[in-house]
Amino acid sequence: MSRKGADIVIEALKEENVEVIFGLPGGAIMEVYDALYRDGTIKHILARHEQGAGHMAEGYAKATGKVGVAMTTSGPGATNIVTPIADAYMDSVPIVVITGQVPTHMIGNDAFQEVDIVGITRPITKHNFLVRDIEELPLIIREAFYIARTGRPGPVLVDIPKDITQQFSDVSIPGMEEVKKALPGYKPHIEGNMQQIKKAVKLIMEAKRPVLYVGGGAVSSEAQEELVELAELMKIPVTTTTQGKGAFPENHPLSLRMLGMHGTYYANMAVYNSDLLIAVGARFDDRVTGKIDEFAPDAKIIHIDIDPASISKNIIVDVPIVGDVKIVLRKLINELKRKGAKVMYPEEREKWLEQIEKWKKLHPLTYRNSKKVIKPQYVIEQIYEVTKGDAIIVPGVGQHQMWAAMFYKFSYPRQFLNSGGLGTMGFGLPAGIGAKVGRPEKEVFVIDGDGSFVMTMQEIITAVQYRIPVKVAIINNAYLGMVRQWQELFYDKRYSEVDLSVQPDFVKLAEAMGAVGFRAEKPKEVREVLEEAMKIEDRPVILDFVVDKEENVLPMVPPGKSYRDMILEDGKGTEAETMYLVG
Amino acid sequence: MADTVGGSEITVAKAPKFRQTRKGQVRKHIINVKVRNEIGVLARIATLIAGKGYNIESLSVGETHEPGISRMTIEVIGDDIVIDQVVKQLRKLIDTLKVKDITDVPHVERELLLVKVHTPTARARDEVLRIVEIFRGKIVDVSPETYTIEVTGDEDKIDAILQLLKPFGIKEMARTGKVAMRRELFNEENNLD
Repeated sequence: MSRKGADIVIEALKEENVEVIFGLPGGAIMEVYDALYRDGTIKHILARHEQGAGHMAEGYAKATGKVGVAMTTSGPGATNIVTPIADAYMDSVPIVVITGQVPTHMIGNDAFQEVDIVGITRPITKHNFLVRDIEELPLIIREAFYIARTGRPGPVLVDIPKDITQQFSDVSIPGMEEVKKALPGYKPHIEGNMQQIKKAVKLIMEAKRPVLYVGGGAVSSEAQEELVELAELMKIPVTTTTQGKGAFPENHPLSLRMLGMHGTYYANMAVYNSDLLIAVGARFDDRVTGKIDEFAPDAKIIHIDIDPASISKNIIVDVPIVGDVKIVLRKLINELKRKGAKVMYPEEREKWLEQIEKWKKLHPLTYRNSKKVIKPQYVIEQIYEVTKGDAIIVPGVGQHQMWAAMFYKFSYPRQFLNSGGLGTMGFGLPAGIGAKVGRPEKEVFVIDGDGSFVMTMQEIITAVQYRIPVKVAIINNAYLGMVRQWQELFYDKRYSEVDLSVQPDFVKLAEAMGAVGFRAEKPKEVREVLEEAMKIEDRPVILDFVVDKEENVLPMVPPGKSYRDMILEDGKGTEAETMYLVG
Repeated sequence: MADTVGGSEITVAKAPKFRQTRKGQVRKHIINVKVRNEIGVLARIATLIAGKGYNIESLSVGETHEPGISRMTIEVIGDDIVIDQVVKQLRKLIDTLKVKDITDVPHVERELLLVKVHTPTARARDEVLRIVEIFRGKIVDVSPETYTIEVTGDEDKIDAILQLLKPFGIKEMARTGKVAMRRELFNEENNLD
C-alpha cells in the first residue's frame, strides 16, 4: 500500500512497540507529527525544550529498559537535543532520536533551520543515519532500534529530510532477519569465551581478598539475580558504581555500596586492598579509579563487559571476558559449581570479610546532624523513610546527586537513574518525568540541586500538562555546591562565580506553573512537608529544602589522587589506615 | 610489621605498588580496514581517530573488487595499548566489516610517490635519470627545468630516493600513503588470520 513517508515512520515505530514519544514539533518534522495525529495510537509528551525531551526519553529508557524515543525538528531542535544524546552515549542508554531535516535538495545550502546534525552527533551516537531514499526509511528506523537496544546500548539518531516524509511509497516494513542482514558489520559478542570463563573461575576460587565491582552493564543486562547468587556462593563483597546501583541490593550484608571519588570508605578500602577485582559491566571511569596506576595495585582483574573496546582501555586487565553480563555470569556460576565452588583459602577469606566489617564500623557513611539548620543528608534520609526505600530516585548533577547516592539505600535495579558519565546538570527533572511515564506505579523522586533544577525547570509545565506526579526535592544551598566544595578544598576558598543566592521563590514558581510548592527551612519541617507532598497524586510537587550552605560531600578522593589520599567524613585524611593489608 | 586500625591487626605495606599502564614500545602500526562504502564512512573514521587523539601517519582509501566495499590502510603510531584501542574502536563502528593490525604478520606494503625535481642543467638531468633508474622509477613529465618522477615502493625506498633527490631541489611532491596486504603463505599453519 502506498503511503506517505511520514506514515511509514509511524508504522515502523509501531512495529517497534513504541508507546510514547517525547518531543517538540517544528517545520521539518511536521509531516511526521501530522501522521502521528492521524494515527492516534502513540502517546506523545510535548516537552518545553528539546533537551527536556531527550532526557525524558533517557529517563524512560533507564527506568523501563525499553528504547526511549525523542523527536525534534531540524536546526535548533536538533542541536538542543545534542546534550541528552551525549549523555545517553556516555551512560549507554538506548534511545532513538528522530530529527527532521530540510528537504534533500536544500541540504548543504544553509537553508532555514538547517544543521548537519548527523555530522554533529557522529562522535556521540552509537550510530546515526541520514535518510536519502524513502525506500530505505523503514529499514533504517528498524536498524536504529536494533542498534540502540542490542550489544552495549546507546543512542541512535535518524535524520529525515522533509521531502522524504512527503513522498509516497509502498515499501514494506522489514522483518528482523532483513535488519540483521543489512548490518553485516554489527555483531555484538554475547556468549563469553569459555576458556576465559574457566580462567576466571580458577582466579575466583584461589582469591584471598576478592571484590565484585559492578557497573551499569549489570543493570542493562538484568543480571541482579546472578550477581547475588555469585556473591553469596563465593562470599564476595560487592561494590557498585552510580550506574550499577541496585544491581546488588545495598542492604545485603555483602554490599559495600558505592566506590570511587565519593564512594564509601569501606568500598574504597576493599578495592584498594583486594587481590582479585571482578569488574562486571563497568568501565574503570576516572571518577571510580582515581589515580589509575594506584588503583587496586595488588589485584588481578577479571573484566566482564559486552563492549570489547571497554576492555584494557583505562586499565590493563588479566582476564577479559567479552559478553553479555547476565549470560557470562550464569556460565561462570555453573562452571564454579561444576568445580565445587571451593574457596581455596577459607581462613584468609574469613579474615577478609572480618576486616571489611571492621572498616564498615570504623567509617560508616555519616554526617553531623543539626537541630538549627537542615542538613542535606538528613533530607535524603527522610525521603528514604517516607518512600519506604521503594521510590525511583532521579538526581540532577552535583552535591545533591552524591548525597542521594549515599544516603538513600537502593534495593532494586533501575532505582537510581543518574547522569553518571557526562554529568549533565538539568538531567533530573526531565529524566524523572520520563521515568514516571514509564513506571507510573512507582513513586518517582527527583532530587535536584538549586543550580541543576533551574537548567531544565520549564519541564514542570510538561509534568503539569500531562498530570505526571513527580516529586522534586530541591536541595537548595544557594551555591553551585560541588564547584564551591572544590574551590573550598583545592582553591583556597576562592568562590569564583558559584553564588546562587538570587533564585526564584521555588514555591511561587511551582504555583505559577500549576504545580504545588512547599518549603522547609528548619529540620523539623522536613518530614512535615514530605508527608504533605506524598498526599498529592495528580500534579508535580516542588519541595524547596533550604539547607546548610557549606556542607561538603564526604568522603572524597581528590581528583587525580589515589584512594590512599581519601578525605574522610570529618574532613581529615586517612593516613596509615589506608595502607593495604598484604604486600 | 603490624599496626592497629580500628581495633584490627593489619599488616602495613612495604612500599606502594603501581599498576602497569603502558605495554610494548611506541611504533608505527599498519591497520587494514574493510568498510561498507556508505556515505560518510570516511568522515566517521576520521572523526573517531581525531576525537580519540590517535596519532595517525597516513590513511588511504580505495574500492575493492567486492561491490560496495572499500579498503583503508591506516598507519598509526602508538604502544600496544593504544593500538589495541584503535583496532577495537574501529571495529565498534557499525560500518566496518573487518579490522586487522598487520604490522607483525608478513605483508607487502607499497606507496606511490610523485615528485617534481629541479633539473636545469644537463648534468642534473643525467644524474636524476640515473637515480630514477636505480629505483626503478619513471619520469612521467618533463619540462626544460624539471623532471616529474613516479616511484612506488615501501617506505624505506621512498625515503631513500627522496633523500637522494633532495640536493637537486624538490619543487613539489605528493605521497599516497601506504597500501598494504598480508602475504599469502604456503605453509597453512603459519597462515594466521
